[in-house]
Amino acid sequence: MMTITEKIFAGHLAEGTGKEVHPGQLVNARVDFVLANDITAPIAISEFKRIGASGVFDRERVTFVPDHFAPQKDIKAAEQCKMLREFSRGYDLKYYFEVGRMGVEHALLPEEGLVLPGDLIIGADSHTCTYGGLGAFATGVGSTDVASAMATGELWFKVPESMKFVYHGKKLQKWVGGKDLILHTIGDIGVDGALYRAMEFEGEVIRALPMHARLTMCNMAIEAGGKSGIIVPDDITMQYVKNRAKREFKFHTSDPGAAYAEVKEYDASKIPPTVSCPSLPSNTKPAAELSNISIDQVVIGSCTNGRIEDLREAAHILKGRKVNPNLRLLVIPATQRIYLEAMKEGLFEIFVEAEAVVSTPTCGPCLGGHMGILAKGERALATTNRNFVGRMGHPESEVYLASPAVAAASAVLGRIGVPDELGL
Amino acid sequence: MVIKGRVWKFGDDVDTDAIIPARYLNTSDPAELAKHVMEDADKDFPGKVRPGDIIVAGKNFGCGSSREHAPLAIKASGINTVVAKSFARIFFRNSFNIGLPIFECPELFENIPEGSVIEIDTGNGTIRAAGKTYNASPIPPFMRELVEAGGLVEWTKKKLASRK
Repeated sequence: MMTITEKIFAGHLAEGTGKEVHPGQLVNARVDFVLANDITAPIAISEFKRIGASGVFDRERVTFVPDHFAPQKDIKAAEQCKMLREFSRGYDLKYYFEVGRMGVEHALLPEEGLVLPGDLIIGADSHTCTYGGLGAFATGVGSTDVASAMATGELWFKVPESMKFVYHGKKLQKWVGGKDLILHTIGDIGVDGALYRAMEFEGEVIRALPMHARLTMCNMAIEAGGKSGIIVPDDITMQYVKNRAKREFKFHTSDPGAAYAEVKEYDASKIPPTVSCPSLPSNTKPAAELSNISIDQVVIGSCTNGRIEDLREAAHILKGRKVNPNLRLLVIPATQRIYLEAMKEGLFEIFVEAEAVVSTPTCGPCLGGHMGILAKGERALATTNRNFVGRMGHPESEVYLASPAVAAASAVLGRIGVPDELGL
Repeated sequence: MVIKGRVWKFGDDVDTDAIIPARYLNTSDPAELAKHVMEDADKDFPGKVRPGDIIVAGKNFGCGSSREHAPLAIKASGINTVVAKSFARIFFRNSFNIGLPIFECPELFENIPEGSVIEIDTGNGTIRAAGKTYNASPIPPFMRELVEAGGLVEWTKKKLASRK
């Protein structure tokens, strides 16, 4: 009797594949895909060189994505990106995503069919847990972990306990989506409520949830301390991966008798549009209760909510309206493909007519890198995933987290608000 | 090995953006990172910390980003270890991977003031502070092997050599 997470580990053991595994067990496991970005790869590269391996374990299963401080924001960032480029060429990596081909890594790799159901994936980025939306075990690790896995194709893990989250309800409230479900959940259990655990999301609401919203939910598992988020793959998963997959993949399910450390159940029909207030993602409130909070900047984008469906939702609200003169709205499509699609669909025209900025794909402002940094005392509302002190700029600036719908409505209102206030 | 040092205290949920803000991540040079260690939690900290000091913190220390720059900045500032009520998991594995042993001990935080001097036996996790003894969770054997090897790089070198 195993959970989907335990089954993936059992299928990837470096020694004795197929044996049952148990939570708490330390194992060496084979990895299917390894990634790092322009902040974490430089250390991974220098540690890989110290290891002295002759090459990477598989040139088709290691990739670097320069997305954090790219397009290169300053000389030091350019030097870091150059290390990624030179390593990728030098070791003949099959996939390397240069500016112009890149996107925010956790939007890009599922879109490219490089991370797949049943995979065991590690990335030197904490939001690697996003790929759990596809039914993979995916977790963020450090740069030295990536170096070791690049050299050997394996890594050490503690098999996590699983924690189940069941979302009941026939219908979600208007403007409520994956972001609200996960913010509500983090608000309920706290930023260490799932520490070291695999968060398994299920229930009729999840079974009906489109892939972009599943990726959003799993993306933020780390904000509850989770080692991973995961959703058992189904027809929606198959529709998403079948024409994208660059390798074979495998669907796993959890056994009915599998053991969970804890089970949380929610009536999702009661969850309202939700906002995380500074300075922890767990500090949640219904958006409708925050209408006295004025804001200086709105950011719509990131690995959490920069997908085409997110942009469509924002455009639907912004169409024929103007961004409030007291604030700035930045829209950042997460990948080049999303960028092109949004352009073809006329979404850019809506954003520009509304007097918003449309940026090339980058993580940029989410981590206070570039493209929209906050001054002392400024306040932002963002569709990103973290609102820690100083996250988007000055240590005395503030970040609120919300869905694209709340973000777009707030951009028009000049304060935190919901689309209903615009008559939508 | 016994680590002895002066204590700096930090509260719950100290995130890696507070340990080393992303605005300094356009370099991975440990000495550069150390100049900004803990800056967004206490802007004067980089000027106050001395080699051999110890951080004692609340729950979920090191939450947030996977940046290995966080334990690297701590290590490069001369801090020998961190004792917290609990650690976020990526910070936990990063610390051991770079050869910085850290300890979980829920009781210590409430019982010692900042500036006190404590002693930690890294072998068994025994902590001595103000005449009292506390027991940190012992380091699992595999992770002790990592630290004894000098970190994951050295451990991986051995593993590759044994494959040949």
